[in-house]
Amino acid sequence: MRILIVEDDAVLGDGLSVGLRLSGFSPELVDSCADARHAIGMEGFEAVVLDLMLPDGSGLELLRELRQRGSDMPVLMLTARDGLDDRVTGLDAGADDYLGKPFELPELSARLRALTRRAQGRAENLLHWNGLALDTAKMSGQRGAEEIAFSRREFTVLAALMERPGSILSKAALEERLYGWQEDVESNTVEVHVHHLRAKLGSGFIQTVRGAGYRLAPEGAA
Amino acid sequence: MSSIRGRLLAILLLATGVIWLSAALWTQISTRAQVIQVLDRRLEESARMVASLIREGGLSVDQAARAARMERADADGFHLLHQLSCQIWGLDGTLISESAGAPEGRLSEAGGGFSENEVDGELWRVFTLADPELDFRVMVGDAQAMRDQLVRNVTLGQLAPTALMLPLLAALIWLTVGRGLRPLDRLGAALSNRPASDLGPLEEAPAPRELRPMIAALNGLLRRVDAARERERSFTAFAAHELKTPLAGLQTQAEIARMAPDTATRTRALVQIEQGVKRTDRMVKQLLAMTAVEHPPNAASGAPQDGAALLQAVADDLAPLAGRLGVGLQVSATPGLWSTAEATLLQTALRNLVENALHASPQGETVSATLSLEGAGAVFEISDRGPGISEAERPHVTERFFRGAGATTSGSGLGLAIVATSAARLGGALELSPREGGGECARLILPR
Repeated sequence: MRILIVEDDAVLGDGLSVGLRLSGFSPELVDSCADARHAIGMEGFEAVVLDLMLPDGSGLELLRELRQRGSDMPVLMLTARDGLDDRVTGLDAGADDYLGKPFELPELSARLRALTRRAQGRAENLLHWNGLALDTAKMSGQRGAEEIAFSRREFTVLAALMERPGSILSKAALEERLYGWQEDVESNTVEVHVHHLRAKLGSGFIQTVRGAGYRLAPEGAA
Repeated sequence: MSSIRGRLLAILLLATGVIWLSAALWTQISTRAQVIQVLDRRLEESARMVASLIREGGLSVDQAARAARMERADADGFHLLHQLSCQIWGLDGTLISESAGAPEGRLSEAGGGFSENEVDGELWRVFTLADPELDFRVMVGDAQAMRDQLVRNVTLGQLAPTALMLPLLAALIWLTVGRGLRPLDRLGAALSNRPASDLGPLEEAPAPRELRPMIAALNGLLRRVDAARERERSFTAFAAHELKTPLAGLQTQAEIARMAPDTATRTRALVQIEQGVKRTDRMVKQLLAMTAVEHPPNAASGAPQDGAALLQAVADDLAPLAGRLGVGLQVSATPGLWSTAEATLLQTALRNLVENALHASPQGETVSATLSLEGAGAVFEISDRGPGISEAERPHVTERFFRGAGATTSGSGLGLAIVATSAARLGGALELSPREGGGECARLILPR
């Protein structure tokens, strides 16, 4: 799940970015309104974590702007000001949820899952494809009675593919989801994860589109 | 005396007492004069009467003396006349006759008129009338003690009601003053019944005119206290909120360290936590500095210290930071130009200015810090070659917690607010202007 984090505090921004990645999200961090505008315009994010006070303006303004443009992107406001008035103002400006600082990562993750679930009209944290139910909260899958465990990176790759079944994700796009910040990406890691996934789910579950990337096999085909 | 009631009581009683005593004294003096006049006339008349009885009534001297006794008897009941004594002496010095109760000794040695003599140990006032033709001298006198007694009686008669009145008057004053002071009691009660949170103005309308200036002054004080407290409250709220972000960062990084799947991630989170703690520490230090410059101790910090030395000390302190940032720091200040007793305030201001300049300055550039005298004051000038402050932000940069668009996230948003507040406390001002050739120039102008 691609999440845009708009936070100007370096330590918190880094924490959100790493923490959400560890929780199975694919976050992207920007630290100003200008960068956030740019990112929202460019990329297909599923939710935005928005700080209220940014160096070049207010998160609220950014949010109003977003809603005026007709965007229904789920937005979770993150702010030190979490009094009743502040929450009401934030929600009225178009925020879908509100979380006061400091907060705990599991709560932020759960709220983000709830936001995207609602946005996609789902009742559960489950992505379904070809008989596999992928639990985005537990980062595990179920097929029939079989429980399948995934490593975090396997899950990230699989979830990225299952969010938009049928569309092709390039290796670079998958790498970006896996490594927003960290160590140098080893060039074959995506292949390694896909290899592991195929071992767990059957070799036909994920198809390689030569020269383009990966996609899920059509339903019934795997 | 700390009680207005007691004070008024004492003043009024003392004033009344003094007036009464003066009146009594005056009465005594005038009474004495009148008594002397009246009694002297009586002495004279009695002497003339006795003499004329002898001379024209053909009475013998013996009979006349008896008449004098009669006359005294007639006036019996008027006790003053008991004290009248009459002696008739021959011119040759023999006692011819005397009234009953007259003293043994001769009443007067004077040839005629009034005289005062001591007879048998008692002071007498005597009128002597001599008749050389019939060869006798009539002397009529009364005791001085009697006269004094008379005056004393009159005066006491006047003082007695006063003595009775004074306690009554005191009680009356006590009650009326108490009543008169009731608005003060009400004001006191209104104040003491207030909760600490109620800083609204006191009602002025029902208070007496004399109390209104005090109520107005109190209301002024309440307004100032309220404004100060409001400022304090918003500062505290703001500070708390400002601390929540670094705290959230620490919390998140701590959770990452706990759930990190590998050592690299954990180590990274721990490094972030260290940075977060440093930043939070800096934030807290700045908050404390802000509080310190807003509420400096009343007394000046101490002996005057040389401005150039203070600037150099700040620069020395920040040299490691300059080194880390790769920015040069050049101080140019002549010792002995200017000194201040408020060394702490000044150093706080200078440290923030130099720190800001170092952070704003690009690597390889030099921040210059100078002290010079200009007209009426001393000017500390800190210039950098950074991006400068945008014109839109310039009016706001000294506001508390304001962070400019280009601000580093490590800033507390308090630095320039601290400088501006210190400058105001030092009686000076902070001027920010674009530097020629690029950068920002901060001038801290302090009175000489």
